[in-house]
Amino acid sequence: MPTTAPSPGTPGEGPASRPGDAPSAGGLADVTASDSALRRFLHGLPGVDAVGLEARAAALGTRSIKTTAKAYAIDLAISMIDLTTLEGADTPGKVRALAAKAVHPDPTDRTAPMTAAVCVYPDMAATAKAALNGADVKVASVATAFPAGRAALPVKLADVRDAVAAGADEIDMVIDRGAFLSGRYLSVFDEIQAVKAECVRPGGTAARLKVIFETGELSTYDNIRRASWIGMMAGADFIKTSTGKVAVNATPANTLLMLEAVRDFRAQTGIQVGVKPAGGIRSTKDAIKFLVLVNETAGADWLDSHWFRFGASSLLNDLLMQRQKLSTGRYSGPDYVTVD
Amino acid sequence: MALSSAALSSAFEYAPAPESRSVVDIAPSYGLFIDGEFTEAADGKVFKTVSPSTEEVLSEVARAGTADVDRAVQAARKAFAKWSALPGSERAKYLFRIARIIQERSRELAVLETLDNGKPIKETRDADLPLVAAHFFYYAGWADKLDHAGFGRRTADGHSGANPRPLGVAGQVIPWNFPLLMLAWKIAPALATGNTVVLKPAETTPLSALFFADICRQAGLPKGVVNILPGYGDAGAALVGHPDVDKVAFTGSTAVGKAIARSVAGTEKKVTLELGGKGANIVFDDAPIDQAVEGIVTGIFFNQGQVCCAGSRLLVQESVQEEVLDALKRRLSTLRLGDPLDKNTDIGAINSAEQLARIQKLADTGEAEGAERWSPACELPTSGYWFAPTLFTGVTQAHTVARDEIFGPVLSVLSFRTPDEAVAKANNTQYGLSAGIWTEKGSRILAVANKLRAGVVWANTFNKFDPTSPFGGYKESGYGREGGRHGLEAYLAPSSPEGKR
Repeated sequence: MPTTAPSPGTPGEGPASRPGDAPSAGGLADVTASDSALRRFLHGLPGVDAVGLEARAAALGTRSIKTTAKAYAIDLAISMIDLTTLEGADTPGKVRALAAKAVHPDPTDRTAPMTAAVCVYPDMAATAKAALNGADVKVASVATAFPAGRAALPVKLADVRDAVAAGADEIDMVIDRGAFLSGRYLSVFDEIQAVKAECVRPGGTAARLKVIFETGELSTYDNIRRASWIGMMAGADFIKTSTGKVAVNATPANTLLMLEAVRDFRAQTGIQVGVKPAGGIRSTKDAIKFLVLVNETAGADWLDSHWFRFGASSLLNDLLMQRQKLSTGRYSGPDYVTVD
Repeated sequence: MALSSAALSSAFEYAPAPESRSVVDIAPSYGLFIDGEFTEAADGKVFKTVSPSTEEVLSEVARAGTADVDRAVQAARKAFAKWSALPGSERAKYLFRIARIIQERSRELAVLETLDNGKPIKETRDADLPLVAAHFFYYAGWADKLDHAGFGRRTADGHSGANPRPLGVAGQVIPWNFPLLMLAWKIAPALATGNTVVLKPAETTPLSALFFADICRQAGLPKGVVNILPGYGDAGAALVGHPDVDKVAFTGSTAVGKAIARSVAGTEKKVTLELGGKGANIVFDDAPIDQAVEGIVTGIFFNQGQVCCAGSRLLVQESVQEEVLDALKRRLSTLRLGDPLDKNTDIGAINSAEQLARIQKLADTGEAEGAERWSPACELPTSGYWFAPTLFTGVTQAHTVARDEIFGPVLSVLSFRTPDEAVAKANNTQYGLSAGIWTEKGSRILAVANKLRAGVVWANTFNKFDPTSPFGGYKESGYGREGGRHGLEAYLAPSSPEGKR
């Protein structure tokens, strides 16, 4: 791991000596020149007032989405789902069933859109890829010693390499929360860059990289904003709230905050980064609230599965039931959607 | 196939979600409420009240004249003897009952208020009505604890607080921007302390006060304790000038407040005035910018800026001025203006044609004086009274839009370089009702708040109200406090050993 010794008080020094410092637009390369420069930059970002942030997220949750807008939102939400199975008990059969559901979410109604991706552990990536059989559903794989991320860097990188080789289109990596919380921001930045490099396939194309912060463990909104910027500056294609494996996962407030971050980042660098709330979003009502956050914070440019995803599995069935309700006028029930 | 946003991006339009008007039953005509009965004006005069968002005539309301004021004051005087003699716990029962009825009828009252005033249902439903009920609950709680409020008889060792006495008949005149909330601010403490009331609502928004009269009957409030006189300025002047009124409470414009102060000068009437403002909202460079932008929006576009404590002067530190203005303009572009009964609406109608004309005139003055005017692309409805949210940048202390209260959705943006300059500019106004401070630094909040001459200073928030918190102004923003324990003082007799009344 190439780490530059901290050089206090010299922002702007030595960026050229760090090849691969991704977005150089907007002069942001300078701030990753050293740990201290990065710290100064991150701590200079505007603070977050928790009360105000949560009030805004709650206010946006009251928009009325009905009829045409609701039908659109439901299909959009389905198309944004990373249909996920991340269990120790995952088997090829389970993954194949999930892949089938991703392609035909509603067996009774073939007009239902496909989900964006299926999300599996690296050892299941090849199974998922084969099961999808060329359908336009991505394979996302949680690499980097998911979910704790407590492994040596070479192990994490090997994990990523395996997943990419197995055909993963997208890599969901976890950041080193320990490094972040102890203030070693540059180490977090460097690790993301190293993973990003492993996403490149032999032909020169690359898997898209989603960077998971585990917002529940970062604890403060200021930390979430800082992590967002580290991720984006290091080349994340997506920033993602959480693993779904801790007590607090995606919330309207932390997603709103990350949407503000991608909006500001694009304004400053011209680079658009996606957002993926994950964990805890179970109902259509909740999903639509998140779409309103996207629409009114980052803007309509993000209302697309290329730029916004839901990390969820139980959400899909609720969306399908609501979709059936809209088309038939009545509620069906859990036996009218599949259990996979 | 995954959906393409290009094909469908226009589909994510929020559906109209208007509240049903059927929850409120507006009668074709209303009388004055005197001595527990609805009655015509002595001279038979009436006026129409219209919905500002559609110009639809909602109802015809009796217009109080001098004779009606006299009748109402006599009724209140008569009721005072019994009402003030009740134990506090008995008065509290009535107030609690009123508070509960307001809660039960809050949906109806919210729709009514939106129809009559033009403000968004989001605000009447989520801000006005909960606060109205909360004020009655709060002062109901004080009614049997007045001995402990510290405003009673003075003894050798200072206030004993024992046996505080009411003043008598309170003449109250309220504005049109928060019709029912201002009624609650006035009536709840007056009744809790044992006074009786004659209240004149504004001529453009009389309906919720008349519904409140009905609530008083529903609560079994003794006759004459609350009297409601819809009418114009002449009725207000007659009420304020009536010799048998012991206490005058007014919320409204500074010009009228001055006239009231002149008219009661030399009498024994007690007066509280809650008048205009030109609140400074100060954004320091270390502020939480995204939340500050929300606070700026709340500060000036809440109730279309028709708020005496609106943060109508934005003072932003020069080092972040560009960033804040960009963010603010982006945010204003997402504000939704239109049908106030729709729960998605952020900006409703201006209360009256007169007020709209006043806002337009002041905005034109701003432009003529060289400030730069900006509004988001915004389609205004064809009927009703509407004004697009407006920013003035490049404003200096010398501009009219930095000094005069506009009372509309118009924000003047000024800049400053140092905290001292921010304080100097914030205080450089004839008003002093409210101010806001946005900074992540707690010590700066305390240091700056102590130097601001404003009755309310909000930190990292704006336009938040609570019945427990006193509210009132410095300088031409008036005197006296409403709300909180302090709000009782204005309705209790001055502390002399024996008392005169």
